[in-house]
Amino acid sequence: MPVITSNTLKDTYDVIIVGSGAGGGQTAYTLTMEGVKVLMLEAGRSFDPATEVAMFQLPSHAPLRGVSTPDKQYGFHDCSINSGWNIPGEPYTNASPEPEHQFRWWRQRMMGGRTNHWGRISLRNGPYDFKPRTRFGAGFDWPIGYEDVAPYYDKVEMLVGVFGTNEGLENSPDSSPGVLQPAPKLRVGELYAQKHGQKVGAKIVPIHRAVLTKPQDADTLPAKLHPKNAKAQRILAEHMRMRAPCFWATDCHRGCAIRANYDSQTVHLRPALATENLDILPNAMAREVTIDKQGKATGVTFIDKTNGQERHAAGRVVVLAASSQESVRLLLNSKSALFPHGLANSSGKVGKYITDSVSSSVGAHIPAFENMPVHNEDGAGGPHAYVPWTLHDQNRNGELGFPGGYHLEFTTGRQMPSLTVVNGIDRLAGDGGVLYGKRLKEDARRFYGCNLGFGAQGTMLPNDGTYCELDPTLKDQWGIPVLRFHWKWTDFDLNQVRHQQKFITELLQAAGGKVSPKTEADIFKTMKPGGSVIHEVGGAIMGEDRETSVTNQWSQTWDVKNLFLADGAPFASTADKNPTLTIMALAWRMADHLMDELKKGNL
Amino acid sequence: MSTPVDLPRMDRRKAIQWMLSTAATVAARDTGLHAAESTTTAPPLAKGYGPDPSMVKVYQPGDVWPLTLSEPQRRAAHALCDVIIPADASSPSASSVGVPDFIDEWISSPYPAQATDRRIVLEGLKWIDDEASRRFKKVFAELTDEQQTAICDDLCHPAKTKPEHKAAAAFFKRYRDLTAGGYYTTAEGMKAIGYVGNVASATFDGPPLEALKHVGLA
Repeated sequence: MPVITSNTLKDTYDVIIVGSGAGGGQTAYTLTMEGVKVLMLEAGRSFDPATEVAMFQLPSHAPLRGVSTPDKQYGFHDCSINSGWNIPGEPYTNASPEPEHQFRWWRQRMMGGRTNHWGRISLRNGPYDFKPRTRFGAGFDWPIGYEDVAPYYDKVEMLVGVFGTNEGLENSPDSSPGVLQPAPKLRVGELYAQKHGQKVGAKIVPIHRAVLTKPQDADTLPAKLHPKNAKAQRILAEHMRMRAPCFWATDCHRGCAIRANYDSQTVHLRPALATENLDILPNAMAREVTIDKQGKATGVTFIDKTNGQERHAAGRVVVLAASSQESVRLLLNSKSALFPHGLANSSGKVGKYITDSVSSSVGAHIPAFENMPVHNEDGAGGPHAYVPWTLHDQNRNGELGFPGGYHLEFTTGRQMPSLTVVNGIDRLAGDGGVLYGKRLKEDARRFYGCNLGFGAQGTMLPNDGTYCELDPTLKDQWGIPVLRFHWKWTDFDLNQVRHQQKFITELLQAAGGKVSPKTEADIFKTMKPGGSVIHEVGGAIMGEDRETSVTNQWSQTWDVKNLFLADGAPFASTADKNPTLTIMALAWRMADHLMDELKKGNL
Repeated sequence: MSTPVDLPRMDRRKAIQWMLSTAATVAARDTGLHAAESTTTAPPLAKGYGPDPSMVKVYQPGDVWPLTLSEPQRRAAHALCDVIIPADASSPSASSVGVPDFIDEWISSPYPAQATDRRIVLEGLKWIDDEASRRFKKVFAELTDEQQTAICDDLCHPAKTKPEHKAAAAFFKRYRDLTAGGYYTTAEGMKAIGYVGNVASATFDGPPLEALKHVGLA
């Protein structure tokens, strides 16, 4: 990677981007392909997915069979380094000690950010998701609708490569014709649930994931994405030809050396670097956005982690894409006479209205799967199918007690065994003993791959009790004040989890599974704690006016016109969809607007 | 950990072999560690692999932190692994694919989640040798298959376990889980359980007809 050091920083740039993940990567790509000079600051080290990811290693090739440890919190081979819920020297706090008021904050300190290890599930927000107040009388309407974002969803899907099918579902939009890559065949468990789920009204369709199932069309896509820009077309075509389609093995969370799946470096940063319009500075921990006397952003002060020195990078425009809460922290720490409560915070809304997916899960043993004929179910390194939300009529009639809905993601199949592969085998064997010897080997083979489980991820509308602020005393290892979180579930969220538990249980029972439903008393234990799904968004929400929101519809802050956000911070709520695809679509749309404003001399 | 008092006399040649190998192992593992301390159940002071290890490297137990088990403990650990997962016609035993080394690595880990297992396993291995000596006048590793099974059968039914065997039964369950997990995460163990993936292929053809028939989908 042609990355720079703080000693080779240029005097100034057109745009400074903080963060190299989905939002930062997309912004850098869009701008540099059109000739804008960009500096990207990344708090972690440089990282090369082509040489550093362990795709085929077995658990027995890792310490402790690859189980998670405080050093590698999603397991040894997970493509996360210097990352985690807890990072030494980089604390955060929770205002309440109560478990149901806790927020967990995952940080990814490496080039490419969280795009290195995610599941690549890429679902579009639907029309209802942008207008929850109009539709449900709760939450906030986004200042944009689905139709504003749809063209950018198409463009992102063509660029990154998303497989899936168009199913014509209400509020789970189709892509334009020719945009999606072919969906892979479903596995036994997915087909079995598809058949038996009909009894309880579960519709099971191919999921959308950012994995190439065939080579990208390098002959036609570049011209669609960059009309009238020969240089961009040439660079993109070259990079599309470097990507190989999926070889139907290995877990996507480990990263992908053959570039079959999307990560920021593979798809966004490499072509952006090829334009020669991008400098990337790793090990740069942003501390503060600086402003001039007129209140315009002038650049970013950062700590060079290689030597502990504080430096400043100057630019005409600043884009924060540090991940939603890290961007919020930067705003709150950028205090001045003009902005005594933090930058772009005249509304007092910076840090407010954080949301995550509302989530719980249930699993069961499916006796019909016992002694399955041995076959390879690796597939595209993650789920091939999902259960979209379809209970819109019940929602319209107010029968459910919560707005929006949730989709279900599968756990099934004959996956690579982990250390816990025989967990629960004694219960299945049924005589109350601890199996060992010949019988253990026989039963392990009989019961392996017989699990079917579903995890729900659902709508969360913003509430006043969920927000962050600067901790009054605690600072990180560089002396930067840290965040303190407040978290509150509403009755909507609790009702949704009850519905999730009941519906998944019915679905598993329809497939012949025996399920012990969790009891009502354990509702807070049943649901995943705030932040756990790592879909946290909000904190600098977009809106119609400067009193009630931090940015306008272009993710441009109301207070500072040359300051933009490109991560999840401007989200006005969490849909029942995973946020990454929407982060990329919004970032592309924002970057187009940013360039228009630059050309007009407005920034 | 004290030596069982009623051990059979071992021949001189074997004793010298043990002494040499134990001394060499201790020296190679951690010169600062006294031999006596290597058998305590206190948590190890070693460092972990840190937040930025090489992910592509292939690791062996002992590569990142020093191992714990003495040679007599290792013999008991090997024997118990193979009672839990013996070789059969189609797949090898747990010890032959390195599971005892994994368990040693596990209990030697500097991370907090493994600290409880360290105590359980070290005390359990001592108990099982003591019990073998009480019943059969030999260490566990030197018992016949039937004698080993007789001891394990007293531990594998929690509902029927005698009060004096409760701790040993908890050890047996945990040791079984570690052995089985350790075994099925090796290439040989994956084959034994029926996992056949992790190989690149040009196409993904979906389930074979016999699998669809098996679940009534064809």
